[in-house]
Amino acid sequence: MNAEVTTKTGMFDCRDAFAASLEEMAATNPTITAVVNDSVSSTKLKGFRGKYPKRFVNVGIAEQNMLGVGAGLANGGLVPFVCGASCFVTARSMEQLKVDLGYAKNNVKLCGMSSGMAYGELGPTHHSIEDLAWTRVIPNLTVIVPADPVETRSAMFWAAQHKGPVFVRLSRMPVPIVHASDYVFSPGKAVTLREGNDVTVIANGVLVHRALETAERLAKDGISARVINMSSMAPIDRETIVQAAKETAGIVTVEEHSVYGGLGGAVAEIVALEHPTRMKILGVPGVFAPTGSAEFLLEHFGLTAAGIEQAAKELLAKRVIAG
Amino acid sequence: MEKGDDVVEVNEMADVETRLRKAATEVRMHALEMVHHARVGHPGGDLSATDILVTLYLAVMRIDPANPAWPERDRFIMSKGHCSGAFYATLAQAGLLDVNLLKTYMDPLSMLNGHPDRNKIAGVEANTGPLGHGLPIATGTALAAKIQDAAWRTFVMTGDGELQEGSNWEAAMTAAQYGLDNLVLIVDRNRIQQGDFTENTIKMDPLADKWRAFGWAVDEVDGHDYKALLQRFQTLPIEPGKPTCIIAHTIKGHGVSFMENKPEWHHGVPTAEQLAAAKVELMEAAR
Repeated sequence: MNAEVTTKTGMFDCRDAFAASLEEMAATNPTITAVVNDSVSSTKLKGFRGKYPKRFVNVGIAEQNMLGVGAGLANGGLVPFVCGASCFVTARSMEQLKVDLGYAKNNVKLCGMSSGMAYGELGPTHHSIEDLAWTRVIPNLTVIVPADPVETRSAMFWAAQHKGPVFVRLSRMPVPIVHASDYVFSPGKAVTLREGNDVTVIANGVLVHRALETAERLAKDGISARVINMSSMAPIDRETIVQAAKETAGIVTVEEHSVYGGLGGAVAEIVALEHPTRMKILGVPGVFAPTGSAEFLLEHFGLTAAGIEQAAKELLAKRVIAG
Repeated sequence: MEKGDDVVEVNEMADVETRLRKAATEVRMHALEMVHHARVGHPGGDLSATDILVTLYLAVMRIDPANPAWPERDRFIMSKGHCSGAFYATLAQAGLLDVNLLKTYMDPLSMLNGHPDRNKIAGVEANTGPLGHGLPIATGTALAAKIQDAAWRTFVMTGDGELQEGSNWEAAMTAAQYGLDNLVLIVDRNRIQQGDFTENTIKMDPLADKWRAFGWAVDEVDGHDYKALLQRFQTLPIEPGKPTCIIAHTIKGHGVSFMENKPEWHHGVPTAEQLAAAKVELMEAAR
């Protein structure tokens, strides 16, 4: 079964945890419904379709309609998980996301797959490096960016029992497990994965494990880095951000997203008002990406352990110069 | 026996028509008062949609005003959410909204926003206003009934110019593919949109053929004839296995002679004098 396949290297595609948890929930909860825009294999929902054909809705290649249908299914008492490539289910159907999900508070779980630059060579049409800027400003919408399969599963179960609209931003890039097996996702709660008092690195999604690797590298130079997984983008954990601003010399944010309007923007909004501190915002610097694989593009934009390390050291160096 | 039953039926039909006519007159008066009060609104479309709205809410749909969230209720989705004046006034006629609230239409902090909000009013199923949202949502509620083997029906009203939004045709294909014969679309075919007549803007005709080509069963009806509307709604679906499209031919501004069939009354606001003249005309017609 697709949903249980893992790679041999201990790296996992979070879509497998997504599909497995949806099937698991559907087995005991008759309201769980999957809705796709023809994206049967890219959402890894073939297994769901085989087991629960009546609760599997394929609206065709029609995202505006898909989100509306999701809102209607929710009105009818079902819990629809509306799934498709993140670039399409946000941008193409943005007004439905704002009105039918956010404003109307319909109980729809929108799952954006292959977000960020996961589609690599397919190019900027298929990249979704704007979706956090677009979704986190919508009232009532919970926005979650899971970092690994453990968090993906927990976020899916949380979303199913939560009454209200949710956007789950998933990738397809393999990631290692960074959470303990008993980890439970909690909206509005950041996860401090590593304590540290010199500098803070805040990341989410596929970049969390790279941030952890950065902390290892910095430790070798005697620098103690705090690593925070900001999987809950909305609501966001203001307290943990302010605490990091107060207790460390500065904050590096790392996201597979534009540097405008995403995680870096969200953290900057908070520290600017509550405890101004030095920041580095790492992400895609306001450009459409060139051609290249997802891994190549992350490297191209410095979204690697080495890139984050350099940014953290620059931040610390500025502190010294500034005295 | 049969003959006697017919007589009873005819009498009942006449009673229902009388009731609907009275309710529709009140809805039209309220809608015009509301737009005049708010100094903003869409009276032309309010008046074209009124007879269909009161027919559905007072004589067709299975709803429980004491329990608006009754899970088995028929759903109505007002996709042309800008015609909130007639919609709110009809909800009041149906006992789903306190009639005294109509006076607060679009006032600061009123429950009655310019476009309906389901989180503020129990009888509202969908937050509409941006066009092309209602039919996809209605497709979802109809699909939810099919998935759960539930008996409720979904009614949705769109404007005719609204059908220029592509999302409607996406939903049309989905509804046909899933054989949603528990879904009834009523097109308020008043032939006028904000800027001009529909046919001078983007031609909608042959509209019935378009829906047929998309796999729907289609009928056309006079949207101001209660008897014709009641008869049409009594035998649904038109064809098992297909969603129903009823093209209701209406007159924008119907019931107020100086508003009828004039694009400028799409969102024109009546002056006090115009309101008074309109009310006199509506009351005289209701006698």
